[in-house]
Amino acid sequence: MPSFLQNGVVAKIEKKITEAFKVFDHEGNETVDVREIGSIVRSLGCFPTEAELHELLAKVEEEEPTGYVHLEKFLPVMIKVLLDRSYRPIPEDVLLHAFEALDENKSGYITKEDLVKHMTEEGEPFTEEEMEKMLSSALNPETNAVHYRDYISMMIVDETDDLPQ
Amino acid sequence: EMPSSKRHRLFWFCSLAFKAAVLIQRWYRRYVARLEMRRRCTWTIFQSIEYACEQDQIKLHNFFSYLMDNFTPSSSKERDFISRMFISGESFKEAELEKYCDYESLEVPDSYTGPRLSFPLLPDHATALLEAFKQKQQLHARYVLNLLHETRKHLKQLPNISHVSTCYSEEVTVCGDLHGQLDDLFLIFYKNGLPSPSKSYVFNGDFVDRGKQSLEILIILFTFLLIYPKEVHLNRGNHEDHMVNLRYGFLVGLMTMSRLHGKKILKMIQNVFCWLPLATLIDQKVLVIHGGVSDTTDLDMLEKIQRNKFISVLRGKKRKESNRNVEIKEINGESQAEPDSAGNEITSSLPSQPRPTQAPSMTNRVEFSRWVRQTVQEQIEWCRKLVDISDSEEEELTCSSLVSLTDLDGPCWTRQEEWKQVSDILWSDPMPQEGCRENTVRGGGCYFGPDVTGKILEKYNLQFLIRSHECKQEGYEFCHNRKVLTIFSASNYYEIGSNRGAYVKLGPDLVPHFVQYQANKTAHTLTMTQRISRVEESAFRALREKLFAHTSALISAFKLYDKDNTGKITLSNWATAVESVLHLGLPWRMLRPQLVRSTADGMLEYKSWLDDLAMEQRSQEHIQSSLLEVIYRNRSNLETIFRIIDRDHSGLISFEEFHQTWKLFSSHMNIELTDDGINDLVRSIDFNKDGNIDFNEFLEAFRHHIQCLVCKARRTASNLTAEHNHSSRGAMAFVINFLG
Repeated sequence: MPSFLQNGVVAKIEKKITEAFKVFDHEGNETVDVREIGSIVRSLGCFPTEAELHELLAKVEEEEPTGYVHLEKFLPVMIKVLLDRSYRPIPEDVLLHAFEALDENKSGYITKEDLVKHMTEEGEPFTEEEMEKMLSSALNPETNAVHYRDYISMMIVDETDDLPQ
Repeated sequence: EMPSSKRHRLFWFCSLAFKAAVLIQRWYRRYVARLEMRRRCTWTIFQSIEYACEQDQIKLHNFFSYLMDNFTPSSSKERDFISRMFISGESFKEAELEKYCDYESLEVPDSYTGPRLSFPLLPDHATALLEAFKQKQQLHARYVLNLLHETRKHLKQLPNISHVSTCYSEEVTVCGDLHGQLDDLFLIFYKNGLPSPSKSYVFNGDFVDRGKQSLEILIILFTFLLIYPKEVHLNRGNHEDHMVNLRYGFLVGLMTMSRLHGKKILKMIQNVFCWLPLATLIDQKVLVIHGGVSDTTDLDMLEKIQRNKFISVLRGKKRKESNRNVEIKEINGESQAEPDSAGNEITSSLPSQPRPTQAPSMTNRVEFSRWVRQTVQEQIEWCRKLVDISDSEEEELTCSSLVSLTDLDGPCWTRQEEWKQVSDILWSDPMPQEGCRENTVRGGGCYFGPDVTGKILEKYNLQFLIRSHECKQEGYEFCHNRKVLTIFSASNYYEIGSNRGAYVKLGPDLVPHFVQYQANKTAHTLTMTQRISRVEESAFRALREKLFAHTSALISAFKLYDKDNTGKITLSNWATAVESVLHLGLPWRMLRPQLVRSTADGMLEYKSWLDDLAMEQRSQEHIQSSLLEVIYRNRSNLETIFRIIDRDHSGLISFEEFHQTWKLFSSHMNIELTDDGINDLVRSIDFNKDGNIDFNEFLEAFRHHIQCLVCKARRTASNLTAEHNHSSRGAMAFVINFLG
């Protein structure tokens, strides 16, 4: 990419990141709690796994972890993430395949027990709280199962490209 | 022993399932994060609009200062008019009050089916009232007034700081802001039980305004106060204040409810509010105040002052000059946040008022504070030159001016220090940083840091502070290392689903136990997503309204980024421009997808975007009128001013009064309106022949009429014919003239 274009884009990305960062900056001193980094990164359009997030955290934390992350450390790392288009979004059809992969009988739904088992024991397991929250909107109380096609279409928000225009 | 093929298939499946799980988890966590961001943005929108509203309060206050400084009355009529704006709300002497707000002459008709009160009140009266209000009945004005009189009598004997002990009743329940939300009070009583000898309550202020049942809440609280004087304690909040009530509509509710007796009730309420205690001490260890503290908070002084002197903590002060006996107004210490409203030249005899420089963004509090201080100093110097007064006391005018003393025979002011004590208690907010600075956002009180809290606790041997004043998502929140507890009892404050309400219980161990609730059944059945979406919608509606109200300023700002006049700007520049106009400190790039629907290759056609906004606001033909905007933007200010003008709160103001008001208002707000123009306009709207204006109808008619005129003006600009009658033509001419 020609360098002059690059600069323009970087400036915009920087503003975007700073804004998102500041939403979680409660004390107004350009730091956020390290536990909020995940939310910030994700709300900027990225879909990292927990492992990828930890990698990123290692780059932005202080040498002596204080529990806080400074904007000045976060900014260059995040700019690169956005420019490289790392942690790409998951397309709807890929998500559908994932649910289908857990649906052995190809019945169109996953029982509550099965879903809980998969989500809390495999992959990067959910906490109890995360599982509960997901079930509260995903579970059909009459069938006690998750009809994943319906669930996906309900949850997929029409997300405009979060990268700066 | 499994066959290898099956084992292989199983392994393959497990691996696939594993990958699928990771993917779903990854996707879900992203979804939750985005929801969290949306939730925070929504909250930020509501808060910044709310505080911008309070900034409006400052502006209004400055408007009054400005009036007093620059408007030289050209006749005794005008002089009366101005001074009336400040005198309204004075307290009566005891006998006068009894006479004016007399209730005994009020007959209660036989047809009245509501509760009937007799004094002294009994628990049955309370239950009857609760029942009646649940059935949406009203209490007859006679009983309301009677109750208010008795409440006032009772409050007068109370000290400024109430004392509660957990020895007498097992525990004390502290409730925060209720803001006229009766359902929340019902919910609290339902969950926690009614006040009784074994159940103490402290209600920490802000009983009224915003919610629709402010009067009912007062009636219930005062009733319980009189029945259980040892167990029920009320603290004054910043909304128990005449000026604030004018702004936030409690009075309008009163008037529509009981027009005939509204004025009396209003007068009594004013004289009850000023007698509310300022603070409560639980077991000498927990201090309960509505707002907070400051580095100058002195409980000993607070105990000694005459608290009833402060009818309003936000009103203009009058000072008698020894030789002229003309009322001069002290400049409001917290000057305007926007520089456009100052510096208008009026009378040539006055030295010109210094024009404040461009205000920095509100989000950078240190800078903002510094700017305010600088501007204030300039204004004070100018004011001093103006009146040529040398103060005997070294008064540091850092905060809003003082309140008028009610005793008409005595001195006309109170000491700056006393006022500051009260103002700090009622208006302050905690902040994470150390130190203590003026609360320039609200216009009163301070921001106080953990060090200030620490010092107060140490000085008076306290364990922690309980305060309210700020809406919290969960109904309560700790800060300053759990030394300050905010408790907020109005659930769904911004919108259904926006927040929970809470109350806190303290036993002899003084360990707080919280109970949260949300007074709306629908809120429970909604999922987290739906709740957030709903509140979000509401927030964005409010935000779009604000954007619309600044259309002209926005166009100017956009044009700065569109030198070539293409009609388009980049989305990044859009964000910068919008912030420079609205000063709300919002993350505009995050909010952009909800505010800007369509873009063509990353560029926004700003004019059509603004047109879309306008269309939303007015469900009629696309109209653009800068006057409309100004009215829209200032309508709540206008309403407040009108309410003050309508001194007897009858809902009617005379044509004369209106004309004068409009003239003053427009000169301050930089609108050009000639006398003839306004006359024509006013006459071309139908009024009853007696020359009185029902304010509400007028404002609506005014708005509507302006729109029609603009429409007509556009369509017939080139052919003004004689078929338009005289007044209409005059009005149209003025509008066309104004629009340029």
